[in-house]
Amino acid sequence: MNNTLEKIFPVELLPKTPQPGAPSKFLFLINFWWILKQDKTALTGFFVIIGLLGVALLAPWLAPYGFSEQHIVHSFKGPDPRFWLGTDEFGRDLLSRMIWGTRPALLVGVFSVLVSIGIGVPIGLIAGFKLGWVDRIVSWFVDIMLSFPSLLLGLTLVTLMGPGVYKVVLAIGIAHVPQYIRLARGPTMSIRNLDFISASRALGAGDLRLAFSHILPNVIGPIIIMATLSIAGAIRMEASLSFLGLGVQPPIPSWGNMIREGVENILQSPWMALFPGLILTLTVLAFNMVGDSLRDMFDPRTIVSRKPKTKQ
Amino acid sequence: MRSYVLKRILSAVAIMWAVATIVFFAMRLVPSDPAQVVLGNYATEDSLAAFRKETGLDRPLLSQYIDFMSQLARGDLGRSLITNQPINRQIWSLFPYTFNLAIASMLIGAIIGIPLGVWAAIRKNTVVDYLSRIVALAGFSFPAFYLGVLLLLVFSVKLGWFPILHQIKTGSLMEHIHKLILPAASLGIIQASYITRLTRSSMLEALNEDYVRTALAKGLRPSTVHFKHVLKNIMIPVITAIGLYTGTILGGAILTETVFNRPGLGKLLLGAISQRDYTLIQSGLMVFAFIVVAVNLIVDLTYSLFDPRVKYE
Repeated sequence: MNNTLEKIFPVELLPKTPQPGAPSKFLFLINFWWILKQDKTALTGFFVIIGLLGVALLAPWLAPYGFSEQHIVHSFKGPDPRFWLGTDEFGRDLLSRMIWGTRPALLVGVFSVLVSIGIGVPIGLIAGFKLGWVDRIVSWFVDIMLSFPSLLLGLTLVTLMGPGVYKVVLAIGIAHVPQYIRLARGPTMSIRNLDFISASRALGAGDLRLAFSHILPNVIGPIIIMATLSIAGAIRMEASLSFLGLGVQPPIPSWGNMIREGVENILQSPWMALFPGLILTLTVLAFNMVGDSLRDMFDPRTIVSRKPKTKQ
Repeated sequence: MRSYVLKRILSAVAIMWAVATIVFFAMRLVPSDPAQVVLGNYATEDSLAAFRKETGLDRPLLSQYIDFMSQLARGDLGRSLITNQPINRQIWSLFPYTFNLAIASMLIGAIIGIPLGVWAAIRKNTVVDYLSRIVALAGFSFPAFYLGVLLLLVFSVKLGWFPILHQIKTGSLMEHIHKLILPAASLGIIQASYITRLTRSSMLEALNEDYVRTALAKGLRPSTVHFKHVLKNIMIPVITAIGLYTGTILGGAILTETVFNRPGLGKLLLGAISQRDYTLIQSGLMVFAFIVVAVNLIVDLTYSLFDPRVKYE
């Protein structure tokens, strides 16, 4: 069938069929690594993230004590050889709680972004591809959602659904959906008019196929960059919600609820708020460092401004 | 011009209406029963029914919605479910605190951010520039409430310059300002990082423009060109962005008010959430969203004041 098609259509108009053995699916990963290697900031951030993932996975073995193990006679201790970062009001080891706290932070960070992408990108693709009234309704809805500060949106959703790790994932995920709708919709609107789309359509590809297997791969780059940055935002939002007492509930340790307990006992022990905040900031910084460098690499405006530097 | 203004105002009103509608129906989706919340777990069926009748909760959803909307159109937010106080009064008494906090932190952000961004752009790829980029990146990553905690630890607990609790009832203007400094700084420093970055990138873009080359070629001093010509041109995107950060600031205010135990709209909303005071939650959410929509509208409409070149289609 391909042969007859090639007689009718010029070859360059046909969608490219991947060569057997070509690393087309992994090309993005290779690009990603290549980009990371160019930029020391991004590489540092990347290794910090890997380290945090390791800590989260190995928490039961790394943490010297259980996260709710109380040593009531040792409450409000400063850092000492037995409790490296001190203890809280119940004499629980802060280091162990911070190590266990990497789990909700990363879990919420990664999965909430997957929720946002899973809901936002298909809607954005369809709106940008279909245009017309579908697009108008979607855009209007996005405008409304964006008139809420995202923390407030998360707060509202958590209020509606109730606290708990998985509900926080859902709340933060939904709160960031409008941004992904926008991100997917914009490029889709310009790509849908390109020749290769018309060519695929002429070959009989349906709307869904066009949107998901031809347009999606072309808009995925910015989405992945945004994802890295919004993992940072999601981790910060989880901490904020938990700090307000609406996110991860005690006794499960989250850096946010640890800071809350620290502020409540700020006169007894400054360490309780200090250390969880430091690890939170470091984590958010690491994701921002990777996301920022990725964005700079792909942003044509910054590429221009970077050129003189590479020539020197 | 006039038709643009009218269109813009109409669309803002439409968004406010949609926000109110969504909030109204979202609050009705909450699994728990408001009557049960107010009267407690031991209330009898009769008293629950009486309460529902009294507050109109037993009426069809649509007629409740029409009532709610007509009240809202008259600027009446109703009464708190728990305390039965008029919500308008509560919101107006707390509004100045959040307003002052937001304005003060925007000012701090602009005062630090704009000069730093300009400086970094002029001295591109020097130590100053790298430093500004590190500051900006750190600012992005620092949760505002944690910065608040650090400021509280250093300036209140350690040095004792400021009170730990920022409750304000009465007091002189100086006292109010004294209690505003730390909360505003914790939000403002974060804003500064956003503004630095934006100013730097707009400035860099503007420095490549033809008029800059012309001005330099005719022998003007670089500092004159930078501050009199370029800065004036980049103020539009910068001021717009500062306006658009209102949402972030309001979100941050909820956290900052909690850290410093300062009264305000954020604390009111949180209190309502913890007491499950649905009418107050509903109003609080709407007020926050309305402020953001209103500020966006004002920013859009004042474009022309900053730049006569802006034309409205």
